Amino acid sequence: MSASVPSVTETMVLNDGDLVTRSELEQSWRFPRGFVGWLRNTSHLSIGKRYIITAFVFFGLGGLEAGLIRLQLSRPENSWIGPDLYNQIFTMHGTTMMFLFAVPMMTAVGLYMVPLMIGTRNVSSPRLNLYGYFTYVVGGAFLYFAFFVNNGPDAGWFAYTPLSGPQFSPGKRVDVWAQTITFTEISALISAVILITTIFKQRAPGMSLNRIPLFVWAMLVTSFMIVFSMPWVATASQMLAADRLVDTHFFNAAEGGDALLWQHLFWFFGHPEVYIIFIPALGMVSAIVETFTGRPIFAYPVMVLSLITTGFMGFGLWVHHMFATPIPQLGQSFFTAASTIIAIPTGVQIFCWIATIWAGKPRFTTPLLFVIGFIITFVIGGLTGVMIASVPFDLQAHDTYFIVAHLHYVLIGGGLFPLFGAFYYWFPKMTGRMMSERMGKWNFWLFFTGVNVTFFPMHVLGLEGMTRRIYTYLPETGWGPLNLVSSLGAVVIVVSMVLFVANALISWKRGVPAGDNPWGAASLEWATESPPPPYVFLHVPVCTSEHPLWEEGETRPVVTGLRTDIRENLMTTLMDAEPDHRHDSPEPTIWPFVAALATGVMFITAIFTVWGLVIGLLLLFPPLLLWGWPRKEEQRRRLAGERDPLARAGS
Amino acid sequence: MNRFIDRLSLLVAAASTLACSGNESALDPAGPQAARINGMAWYMFAVSALVWMAVVTALLIAARKGSTRDLADQSDSMNARLKRPVVTATSITVLILIGTLVYDVATGHALASLPRDKALRIEITGHQWWWEATYVDPVAGRQVTTANEIHIPVGEPVQIIGSSADVIHSFWIPNLAGKKDLIPGHATATWIQADRPGIYRGQCAEFCGHQHANMAVLVMAESRDEFNSWYETQLLPAAPPSDSVSKAGEAVFMSKGCPLCHTVGGTRALGRIGPPLTHIGSSYTLAAGTLKNTRGNLAGWIVDPQGIKPGAKMAPNDLSGSELQAILSYLGNLK
Repeated sequence: MSASVPSVTETMVLNDGDLVTRSELEQSWRFPRGFVGWLRNTSHLSIGKRYIITAFVFFGLGGLEAGLIRLQLSRPENSWIGPDLYNQIFTMHGTTMMFLFAVPMMTAVGLYMVPLMIGTRNVSSPRLNLYGYFTYVVGGAFLYFAFFVNNGPDAGWFAYTPLSGPQFSPGKRVDVWAQTITFTEISALISAVILITTIFKQRAPGMSLNRIPLFVWAMLVTSFMIVFSMPWVATASQMLAADRLVDTHFFNAAEGGDALLWQHLFWFFGHPEVYIIFIPALGMVSAIVETFTGRPIFAYPVMVLSLITTGFMGFGLWVHHMFATPIPQLGQSFFTAASTIIAIPTGVQIFCWIATIWAGKPRFTTPLLFVIGFIITFVIGGLTGVMIASVPFDLQAHDTYFIVAHLHYVLIGGGLFPLFGAFYYWFPKMTGRMMSERMGKWNFWLFFTGVNVTFFPMHVLGLEGMTRRIYTYLPETGWGPLNLVSSLGAVVIVVSMVLFVANALISWKRGVPAGDNPWGAASLEWATESPPPPYVFLHVPVCTSEHPLWEEGETRPVVTGLRTDIRENLMTTLMDAEPDHRHDSPEPTIWPFVAALATGVMFITAIFTVWGLVIGLLLLFPPLLLWGWPRKEEQRRRLAGERDPLARAGS
Repeated sequence: MNRFIDRLSLLVAAASTLACSGNESALDPAGPQAARINGMAWYMFAVSALVWMAVVTALLIAARKGSTRDLADQSDSMNARLKRPVVTATSITVLILIGTLVYDVATGHALASLPRDKALRIEITGHQWWWEATYVDPVAGRQVTTANEIHIPVGEPVQIIGSSADVIHSFWIPNLAGKKDLIPGHATATWIQADRPGIYRGQCAEFCGHQHANMAVLVMAESRDEFNSWYETQLLPAAPPSDSVSKAGEAVFMSKGCPLCHTVGGTRALGRIGPPLTHIGSSYTLAAGTLKNTRGNLAGWIVDPQGIKPGAKMAPNDLSGSELQAILSYLGNLK
């Protein structure tokens, strides 16, 4: 659809009444202006967008670290980077990619897209959302500040005790890691809780459980996984901090603690973490496949059940990270079985996508290419995953480059390919402009080639005995040539990423205008302007089918009677999404930002003195109090509406 | 002396054949465990390759098939037709996974029940960044402690009892068997067996700090007779220095703080922090597999350990040139 043609929705609904509605909505939902306004803006559109951009910045930094790793390992006995710096770099790479890029990125896409896809004007708890974002930024900035002053963590992103304990990691490096984790835990938990409540209570009327788009289902499952897994690592990192700061001995075997306790706690979070990254990606794939084949995903209920099953089973696998520790054989067999059969729900989804493509009319745009690349690449990672679920094989592969290959095939194949596809897919909605298809295809092919050239040889290296996290190796090992190949592959990935960034920046400024629904997609995010206005929908939509934009045609039912002079959202019931009650969405405020800064002061000073917690709590008290303090002006407008019986009509 | 030269040339020969045959590799098994895992690995590679090809073929056919349509087919009849292939593919997946699971559990069981009675027992303790190996013998005086190089008799199971003096390490000889973590506060047990003579290299598999990369261990598998004679040599205290330079070297060694960390059997050097040096002259490598044991390398290591293994715990020293030469002679003669 070309941009010069006005979109169907606009010509259809804009009558005089709508113009009044629109100007009222523009007034009540307007973004606060200026830099301070940016700090106060509680719109999920603004927060989601900056979450995504920030996560991409961290992705770039993590990628740079990966580049340095490949540079160092490109030949044997390389002396460009010494062990002290190398250990910081690989720890920063893992920590950045897992905690500052992958999880925030997936929840950010959810925070931006979910309200659009379920037809509501903002997430629940928008101020909390703002707080979550700034907590994340403070945490990430702190980690990188520490790294640049040579205090980056160096005990691995997994920070195994006792290496990460006070005895073997003196100084502040590991404390920096533990507190960064705490920051990102807070923001992830906030995102998860917000997504759950938003999906449960704010779906457009009529969007019963069986009509929820698959991406929204995926975000719901992911959010529950975050809620159940993140507290474990938050607990563990605080126990580690306590061991280091106040001489507790949770993980100190010499004083009755246990080094293995850390591994259980960490992996009870760490394995679900993989699925927290992977499940949203599955949702993205479903959205893309549906749109670009022009037909509903085959076997929707099976797809939903697969997501939920994966979410549950993701919690039963953590011990497969610990097969080389003393775990009884029977226990190991249980985790082998669980790790093997979790392949089934994912396999089912892949078969359903292939069936959908088979029966559909695929359009091979960049998003769909990334999906095809996803299947081809990810299946390799899934199959090596089944291999290392086997205890005997894993005892050979564990902690070698075979695992490095496996996890990058899974996370890049299963996470990044869908993410890039989704970026090309939703970019027009977020910016109002199309990305270049020509550059997109170059981006895809270079990335696909680079990833496979970089990571496939690592399988061989691992089985030849190359262990992980080594900063150098002897020429006699014979690992040189394949490492060089791998490093050359990394160069190709860098080129493809430069192309991606260039494409995004150029298209943002000069791309072809997109219009409301450039891809002819079915779900509600395409039922409003691109980019969406601050009030998101002129009229909150009513959902009458699984694919509203395909099945309802040009006349779509909408909700009337919501107040437009204040920020009002419609709450609906959990199962059937029937209108339930009205809810005032909070206005912008500066206090979540201030509270995030106070949180930062608390966690960072706590590294140096226990009094940091006391100081932090004192600092946190005023912003938390003022956060919810009602403002006269707001109250007056609200009450005015409540006294006016007309405003009650129509709900 | 002659015996040592013989042995050294044997080792060099063995090492060079090993280098030609492709060094350490889990897919070049030299023992019963690695052999079984190798068999299973190739089964899984084959099945995985087939599955991957099937999925990609189906995907490409679907993409081709779809592109020939004028319009996406959303009809109920199409949905009904898609059901069978999807259900079939899922069933095949389940069957393959169950097959793998059964093979896997059977392999685990077989590994657990390989014969290993009357096994030689070696206690391996991980240190930052070297391996201590103590051969357990009921007679206290017949215990032998070595570092970084483990001699085992060919064709006999060897039990490994693992522990750690500091952080977690992981003991792994790819050509012989899977790895086992060495964890402070936990005794872990595994076993290895070599079915053909050779030198098998491995290196620490669990990240353990600065010199994780340079923490290699060599397993020398040799015939029972060779093993026995090696063992008897190890039981002997250090050879007393015979020439004047070595004698001077011993004096320097004893006076410069070396004994605080290192043991030299039969002398007053009883340190347990660094590797024992009682028979350092006959070892094949230095600094946990980092350097070949030559006089030059030993000199480099003593003078500048931080240049070779940054972060290593070897203390700095202020040896003069002649003191260094004396120590080199002394240590070189500790066969």
